[in-house]
Amino acid sequence: MSTRIALRTAALGYLGVLVLVPLAMILYRTFEDGLVAFFQSVTTPAAISAISLSLTIVAIVVPLNVVFGLVTALALARGNFPGKGILQAVVDLPFAVSPVIVGVALILFWGNDGWLGGALPVIFSLPGMVLATVFVTLPFVVREVEPVLREIGTEQEEAASTLGASRWQTFWRITLPAIKVGVFYGVVLTVARSLGEFGALTVVAGGVAGESQTLTLLVHARYIDDHNTFGAYAASTVLMGLALVTLVLMALLERRREA
Amino acid sequence: MASLAVPKPPARTRRNLGGGVGPIGLGVASLWLSLIVLLPLAAVFTKSLEAGPAEFWDAITAPSARYALLLTTAISALVALINVVTGTLIAWVLVRDEFRGKSLVNAIIDLPFALPTIVASIVLLSLYGPRSPVGIHLYATKPAVIVALAFVTLPFVVRSVQPVLMEVDREAEQAAASLGASGWTTFRSIILPALYPALLGGAGLAFARAIGEFGSVVLIGGGIPRDTEVASQYIAKQIETDRPASAAAVSVTLLAISFVVLFAIRWFTKRKGVA
Amino acid sequence: MITVSNVSKHFGDFTALDDVSLEVPDGSLTALLGPSGSGKSTLLRIIGGLEWADAGSVVIHGDDVTNVPPQKRGIGFVFQHYAAFKHMTVRDNVGFGLKIRKTPKDKIDARVDELLNIVGLGGFAKRYPSQLSGGQRQRMALARALAVEPKVLLLDEPFGALDAKVRTELREWLRRLHDEVHVTTLLVTHDQEEALSIADNIAVMDNAHIEQVGGPRELYDRPANPFVMGFLGPVAKVDGTLVRPHDIALRTQPDAGTREAQVMRVSHLGFEVRVDLELSDGKPVFAQLTRYEAAQLELAGGDIVWLALTGDSDARLVSEDDRLDAVA
Repeated sequence: MSTRIALRTAALGYLGVLVLVPLAMILYRTFEDGLVAFFQSVTTPAAISAISLSLTIVAIVVPLNVVFGLVTALALARGNFPGKGILQAVVDLPFAVSPVIVGVALILFWGNDGWLGGALPVIFSLPGMVLATVFVTLPFVVREVEPVLREIGTEQEEAASTLGASRWQTFWRITLPAIKVGVFYGVVLTVARSLGEFGALTVVAGGVAGESQTLTLLVHARYIDDHNTFGAYAASTVLMGLALVTLVLMALLERRREA
Repeated sequence: MASLAVPKPPARTRRNLGGGVGPIGLGVASLWLSLIVLLPLAAVFTKSLEAGPAEFWDAITAPSARYALLLTTAISALVALINVVTGTLIAWVLVRDEFRGKSLVNAIIDLPFALPTIVASIVLLSLYGPRSPVGIHLYATKPAVIVALAFVTLPFVVRSVQPVLMEVDREAEQAAASLGASGWTTFRSIILPALYPALLGGAGLAFARAIGEFGSVVLIGGGIPRDTEVASQYIAKQIETDRPASAAAVSVTLLAISFVVLFAIRWFTKRKGVA
Repeated sequence: MITVSNVSKHFGDFTALDDVSLEVPDGSLTALLGPSGSGKSTLLRIIGGLEWADAGSVVIHGDDVTNVPPQKRGIGFVFQHYAAFKHMTVRDNVGFGLKIRKTPKDKIDARVDELLNIVGLGGFAKRYPSQLSGGQRQRMALARALAVEPKVLLLDEPFGALDAKVRTELREWLRRLHDEVHVTTLLVTHDQEEALSIADNIAVMDNAHIEQVGGPRELYDRPANPFVMGFLGPVAKVDGTLVRPHDIALRTQPDAGTREAQVMRVSHLGFEVRVDLELSDGKPVFAQLTRYEAAQLELAGGDIVWLALTGDSDARLVSEDDRLDAVA
C-alpha cells in the first residue's frame, strides 16, 4: 500500500533529520578521536567540578521535591479547602514559565535589591541554583503522585487506622508503599530536569568555572567562551547518557505501573 | 451519657482541611509554593510596573524588544503549526502502521523531553552548524531557531494525538469507506474532527514551550538582535546588562502572551466539547 | 454494647443523620438496613471513628468514644471493597494490627494461622490480595479485623461487591462465625433478605432517621410504617389497607367482608403462584398463593374471585400514601 509507505517514510524522515542523524553526528564527533580523548575531556578539573555541582544540586533538590511534593499532593488529593483551584494552578505554573523568567523572578525576589533582599545569598551561588532548579521541577512529584492518591482512595488507610495504626504508621506502611512507583517516576523526571536545567541557571549562576558551573553551563562555556567544540560535544554526550538512563527508567516504571 | 449538647471541637473540619496532611501540611504546602513560585513571579510583575505604565510600554516597544517579542510569537506559532502536521503524521504512523523498530521510534519521541536543552542546541549544531558534514549551514539564521524549537516541542502533539487516535472508532471509518469515501475524505470527515481537541491542546503546549525556550536556541540561533534573538535571550541580556525593569516588562509580556493562548485554547476546547 | 445518642451529621447542605439514637446489644448481630443514601454507612463510620458527628455521642462498652480516634476505639472494621493492603501478603495483612501493637513475631504467626484456619484461608498465607477472589479477600479482611480482638465488629456492606452465589455463602458463613465468636457485630446492608436471614436485630433506616428497630420477624410482621413494611417485603394495597400479598386469600364464593376482583393473570413461580387481580374500582392488586392453594382454586384469567384478608401476621397498615400503589 503506497500511501502507507509514503506516510511512514515522511514521518521517519522528519524524525531522522530532526533527531536521529544529529544525535548520531554528535556521538561520532565525540568518539572520532577515540575513547581516551573523550575520557580526558570529561575529567578535566572544570568538568569534574561541574559534574559534582550538578549532582550536588540533584541531591538537594530531590529530597525537597519529594517531601514538599508529597505534602502538596496529599493536600490536593485529599483536602477540601477554599483556594484549592488556585493551588492546583500554581503547581502547574512552572510548566508555563520560561526558565529565563524563572531566573529573573529569583533575582528580583531573592537578590540584593529584591523583596527579601539578601535573606539568602542566592545570586551566583548554590542556594540560587537550587531555588531555580526547585522552581522548574516543582510540578513533577506532585503531578505523578496526586492521581495515584486519588486512585487508591482512603479505604486502605482507614482500615489501617481501625487496626490501630497511627497516622504516621499509616503513612509509612500503607500510603507510601502504594504510591512509591509514582514517587519514583516523579523523582526520575526531577533528576533529568535538574541535570538539564540551563536557562534559569544562566541568569542566576553566571557560571564561573570550577565554582558555579554545572554540566549544562560547562557545555555552553566550552562552546562559546573556550571555542572548545570537542569538549562541548563530550560533555553533551555525558548529559545524553544520563538522559538515556532516564528514558530507560521511565519505560521500566511505566511497565511496573501498568502491571 | 447522652449529654453532648456542648459543641465539639470541629474534628471533621480538622481532618478534611488538608486531607491526610492537616492544616499544618496545607500551610506548609502553600508557603512552599508561595516562596518558590508565586512570590518570585509577583516580584517580576511589581518590578515591571514599578516605574509606571509608560516605562513598561517603552521597555517592550524598544526596537530590539519589540522585534524579539514579535519574532518569538511568530516563530512559536509557526512551530506549533509544523507540529500539528508532523505530529499528526508521526502519531498516525505509530498507531496505524506496523514495521520493525516501531517501539524504538516510539521511544525516540520522548528524547527531546529527556535531553537537556543545551544539548539539543549542540546536537543540532553538530549537523547544521559551521562544520556541517552535509553542507547545511543554519547557524545564526531564523531557520535554525525554527529547527531548534521544532526539536524541543516534538513530543507535545504526538503524545496528545496518539491516545485519541487509538480510540477513534474504526467501525465509523469502515462505514465511511463502505459508503464510498476515499482515504483522504474519511480522514478529513471522520478522524480529524475527533482529533481537534487533542491537536489544539498539543499545539498550545508546543507554543507555550516554544515561546519561553532558551537553551536550545542559545547556541544555534546566534542571538543576533533584530534578527535571530528570541525574547528569552533578550531578557537574559537585559539582566546581564543590569536593566531588571526592562527584563521584567518583557517577561510579563511573554507570560501574558503564553497565558492568553493557553486560556483561549482551553476555552475553545471546552466549548467544542459541549457542542 | 454500642450506644449511639442523638447523633447528627451534615455534609454541606445534605443531612446524613438527623438526631439518631441506637443501641446494639452485647453479643448480637445487628443489621443497619436501608436504601442507599439513608445514612446507614455514615452512622457505621461514626461509630468506627472514621467520620465525626456534628452532634451526639457514641459509647462503646461503657466508654464514651465520641472524641476518640479510630485507633483507640477497639473496633474491627470491614469495608465493602475489602481495603486489602495490596503490597502485603495475606499473612502480613492479617497480622498488621498485631504488628502495630508490637506483638512478638511468634505470637503474631500463631494468631494469624489460627485466624486463617477459621476463615478457611489456611493455605493462602503467602499469597497477595491480587491472587485471591473477592470472597477470599473479604474473608481475609474479616480475619484481619478479628486479629486484634475488637470489642465490636463493624461491617460496611461486606458482601455488596460479591456476586449473588458467593454472597449467600459468605452470609451463612458469617452467621456461623458469629455464633462461634460472639463479638458484638453491626452490619450495614441494603439487602433486606440478607438482614432477615442473619441478623438477630435489625434497625431500618430511611432519610437520615431510624424508622424501627426489632427482630426480623417483628419487623416483618409488625412494621411501624409503610416504609418499613415496603422495604422488608412485598406489599399489596386493598382499599387503603396495606397487607402482605400472601395474607390475601382468594375465594370462589362471596362471604362477609370479602371484596370482588377479576383475575388478570396467573404466574407460576415454582412454589409460589402470583395472581394479578383487578379490583372492581379498577385498581390492580396481587396475591401470593402456594402451589397447593392455587391448584385447589383452578384459577384462570378472567375468573371472578373474592378477596379475604387472612394470614397469621399482623402486617396491616392503613395508608393513604399513594407511593405504595407502585409497590404492588
